[in-house]
Amino acid sequence: MAGTAVLGRRLSWLVGTVTEVHDETPAARTIVFDVPDWPGHVAGQHVDVRLTAPDGYSAVRSYSIANAPTANRVEITVVRIDDGEVSPYLTQTVAQGDQLELRGPIGGWFVWRPAQTEPVQLIAGGSGIVPLMAMIRTRALAQSNAPFRLLYSVRNPESVLYAAELRECSRDVSITFAYTRTVPDGWPTPPGRIDAAAVAAHTWPANAAPQCYVCGPTPFVESAADLLRAAGQEPGSIKTERFGPTGG
Amino acid sequence: MGLISRGFTSKRDTTETKLPPGQYLTKDFPVLSAGPTPRVSLDTWAFSIANEAGESKQWDWKSFRALPSEEFTVDIHCVTRWSKFDTAWEGVSLDTLLQDVKTSAGFALAHSYGDYTTNVPLADLRDGKAWIVFKYAGKELAPEHGGPARLLIPHLYLWKSAKWVRGISLMTSDKPGFWESLGYNNYGDPWREQRYWGDV
Repeated sequence: MAGTAVLGRRLSWLVGTVTEVHDETPAARTIVFDVPDWPGHVAGQHVDVRLTAPDGYSAVRSYSIANAPTANRVEITVVRIDDGEVSPYLTQTVAQGDQLELRGPIGGWFVWRPAQTEPVQLIAGGSGIVPLMAMIRTRALAQSNAPFRLLYSVRNPESVLYAAELRECSRDVSITFAYTRTVPDGWPTPPGRIDAAAVAAHTWPANAAPQCYVCGPTPFVESAADLLRAAGQEPGSIKTERFGPTGG
Repeated sequence: MGLISRGFTSKRDTTETKLPPGQYLTKDFPVLSAGPTPRVSLDTWAFSIANEAGESKQWDWKSFRALPSEEFTVDIHCVTRWSKFDTAWEGVSLDTLLQDVKTSAGFALAHSYGDYTTNVPLADLRDGKAWIVFKYAGKELAPEHGGPARLLIPHLYLWKSAKWVRGISLMTSDKPGFWESLGYNNYGDPWREQRYWGDV
């Protein structure tokens, strides 16, 4: 079995140095770490980040890794939850040069590898775009020709993460936005949640036998996964990652 | 102690002793699963236990619900770091289900509708430590939380409490389940913070 060789490998805490921070939206910030001993990762995996207070108290949160695997580099995008314990620190306090502890990569199920050649359907709700962006970036880095489609549900145009980059890569990846609260000027349809009509119009048909990845808040994922099943996709071809209310 | 994070201070009440290390308390009930939620009809639902010789006992919904059940309140702990206190369940104890099962097996592998599996030592299913539950907070268990019935082993991280459970195989040797093959700890004791491979 593929996992046997590494079964038992202990994940150690590594020191990452912040090399860059930039705001994606008013509430979301990307943090780039240089991690000298980073073992590498696969698109879709996550990383634990540990913060430690001067009194020894520590808090750990898991974040999806946003970047394609390149040497010693780990990027995360954090959305601020105002009463959260960790996200305000990561989105407001952390600056270039700071050192934080990281442990990973974690998770081997919700992943896309460049060896996969089948069509891929990505469905993101809000910050659920992050691991799917890692897949899009990995596809580009690996010069893969796997046909990708992304259906990305956001509240309004201002909440789109990686907006400029998504515009850039829309030549290679078919991207459809679904706005739930406010649409851009001149948008042809009113705001609304992803429904059966949107799935029929903007996702791979079942006979294309896509691998589907759905990531977002729990109710979003429940609904999108049910819609994919209703559209005829095999349950075994739908991988999900649910962001619970994680307490920030 | 870890590396101090410049400018980070705790907002947490650290006097909470019911909380295992690295966990935080939630009042919600988050959902985590690897695929779509299976919808299992009570007409076709079945649960079985097979011993190491392949002999199996099976219950349909009616015979399962005719077994004596228990109401109990426990704390639950998810490897994704949330814990929830005082969750109220109703279910059938594994002691009841294992009562007439002849076995000298040391290990168990739970199977679910939707093909999920998870492994535990058989001892962790005995002596009032595990149940097949069908009610949460007085109501029939919702599909997204594992209904119609799930395994509940509250002293281990919650991924061991297989949702949509349909059977348990007893085995003389251990066999990693779904998450256990994908980097998560083979045993999963929250009090020893056994989250991932190699955590001891």
